[in-house]
Amino acid sequence: MTLDFSIILEAWPAFLSGMGLTLKLLVLSLIGAIALGTGLAAMRLSPNWFVSTFASSYVNLFRTVPLIMAIFWFYFLIPLLIGRPVGALTSALVALIFFEGAFFSEIIRSGIQAVPRGQFAAGLATGLRPRMVMQSIVLPQAFRAMIPGLLTQSIIVFQATSLVYVVGLSDFMTTTVRIANGSGRIVEVYLFCAATYFVLSYGASVVARYLERRLNR
Amino acid sequence: MIALQNVSKWYGPTQVLRECTLSVARGEVVVVCGPSGSGKSTLIKTMNGLEPIQHGEIVVDGVKVNDPKTDICALRAHIGMVFQSFELYPHMSVRNNIALAPIKVLRRSETEAYKRTEALLKRVGLEGHADKYPAQLSGGQQQRVAIARSLAMDPKAILFDEPTSALDPEMINEVLEVMTQLAGEGMTMVVVSHEMGFAKSVANRVIFMDAGEIVEDRPSGEFFSAPQTDRAQQFLAKVLHH
Ligand SMILES: Nc1ncnc2c1ncn2[C@@H]1O[C@H](COP(=O)(O)OP(=O)(O)OP(=O)(O)O)[C@@H](O)[C@H]1O
Ligand SMILES: [Mg+2]
Repeated sequence: MTLDFSIILEAWPAFLSGMGLTLKLLVLSLIGAIALGTGLAAMRLSPNWFVSTFASSYVNLFRTVPLIMAIFWFYFLIPLLIGRPVGALTSALVALIFFEGAFFSEIIRSGIQAVPRGQFAAGLATGLRPRMVMQSIVLPQAFRAMIPGLLTQSIIVFQATSLVYVVGLSDFMTTTVRIANGSGRIVEVYLFCAATYFVLSYGASVVARYLERRLNR
Repeated sequence: MIALQNVSKWYGPTQVLRECTLSVARGEVVVVCGPSGSGKSTLIKTMNGLEPIQHGEIVVDGVKVNDPKTDICALRAHIGMVFQSFELYPHMSVRNNIALAPIKVLRRSETEAYKRTEALLKRVGLEGHADKYPAQLSGGQQQRVAIARSLAMDPKAILFDEPTSALDPEMINEVLEVMTQLAGEGMTMVVVSHEMGFAKSVANRVIFMDAGEIVEDRPSGEFFSAPQTDRAQQFLAKVLHH
């Protein structure tokens, strides 16, 4: 069998638009998940029992189900809840954000908890309001500790976006499958797909490790 | 300036402060000593509301600390606190450590706050260190920056929680000297410390705590020459021996 990669060039526009959707899913779900994760982390650290228990139950729930189930679940559930169809993209995004938000909240929470309690007390003792202490003293220190974890989780989200295949969105993975089936060049197309995911993920993980080393100095 | 009336505090079922009553007048220096776990840190942290209490009343500068209507942040702004482990902000330069609260809380301009910072650093003997980060300083230097940080808010009183006990012996004096100078200038100070030399020469009064209770509260001369209780005698024998 001889490999013929010309199919990749022929299908280039389709691959490109597939990667476009993958990156769009990645960026939007990261923004949403990190925002949700920050909120959940703050709730988990709240002295109010109901607030912190709600947040920890949420986190435990989403960390114990498969993402693919969440994607299906939101795909069928949201239209039922609001009484009209929302489309695969919206429901997949909501699923990714709700699901990954739980993971990001754990990273953010442990980052905040890694800052010694005395730092909080020292800020309060100078008369700063708690929000200001969080903003100027605790979060900047926490964020440094969180960067490697956030990057690693972002790589996981990048790979996880491929699961939108199940609701028929034309992301990079779905596009690959379609082109492979249509052209019969299964080996070449899947090799290219694997190489692309590998290069992007590995590249990002190298950056993550570099940052981790730099921050630990 | 600072008055505690029958203050009690519990951590869950364990009582850590028992009916503590004491007052500190303006310009007075009071040293608090006692065995480990006797509640000294907890006691001074109640004075600026870092530790809530379950019973009693605390009035600082005419303000009820535990009244829900009190703006506790506004009170803390002019009551300084110095911690055993310095607690400088590691991600900020010495200058920003000192100027943060004056800029954010007192709304001073950066120019003004930074100018003040230079003067304060000079006062604690650290001229020229403004651009360094805490990790580049020795323990004694860090603690002096921490003192400068609390002075930057023009405090009416400063609370010290074992300011020298995390320091190597050769650095203790540079910090005590700054504190002695402050006392001489009339600063109201409550100092948790086992530095009996400092207590003898600088403090007006010594408070001895044991098991959450204020056991003795006496002028420092009397406390050292004739401690009234067995517990204080035993404690003194131990710390003076070292
Ligand atoms: N967060 C906490 N939860 C439960 N118990 C605590 C807490 N903080 C302090 N305690 C207890 O309260 C008591 C008084 O503690 P505190 O730190 O005030 O003592 P201390 O006199 O400052 O001791 P040291 O000389 O060791 O600093 C101790 O028995 C301690 O174990
Ligand atoms: Mg203590």
